[in-house]
Amino acid sequence: MNEIEKLYDTLRKVQEPQGYFFNKDKERVFELLEALVANRERYGYMACPCRLASGDRGEDRDIFCPCIYRKPDVEEFGSCYCSLYVSTAWNEEKIPHVYVPERRPPEKIRF
Amino acid sequence: MVSKAIKVFSLSTCSHCKACKKLLNDLSMDFDYIDVDMLQGEERKAIIEEVKKHNQRCSFPTIIIQNTVIVGYKEKEIREALNK
Repeated sequence: MNEIEKLYDTLRKVQEPQGYFFNKDKERVFELLEALVANRERYGYMACPCRLASGDRGEDRDIFCPCIYRKPDVEEFGSCYCSLYVSTAWNEEKIPHVYVPERRPPEKIRF
Repeated sequence: MVSKAIKVFSLSTCSHCKACKKLLNDLSMDFDYIDVDMLQGEERKAIIEEVKKHNQRCSFPTIIIQNTVIVGYKEKEIREALNK
């Protein structure tokens, strides 16, 4: 089992009991997990793959994956911003798969 | 600098950005893209300012098709803008 498969299993055990499930598109999930590992290597933390990290740990704390926006996004859209974590209803296509807009306040974004 | 009629401001790690590039390739569109997270220093600042002109939130992907700005991987809107 490679690093990404291990990460997949580890995170699943932690996140599913909290009601967050990986996107059923396993290829997409592995792509995002690889991106998280890449971000950990270059920044030192798993910055959200779909947001421009500043590289400053303090500034980027709200977008450490899972980001603080995951909860409201999954509640409202059934999916987090990246479509990494989704609800059961989203995976079972009981709700539409819609574009999740950026919830992060502009003033929080440092470049 | 970016010059083509279709420009994609993206992140190298973003799956929505990858899906957008794949769609444009699948449609045989000629486009330029910039993975902003791979830039440094003044070039990075300049490109971020350019993105902000089109998308104040500076989220990704930001797609420019002629005068149309599409924020996020919205396949329907992208196809419509391309008449595809």
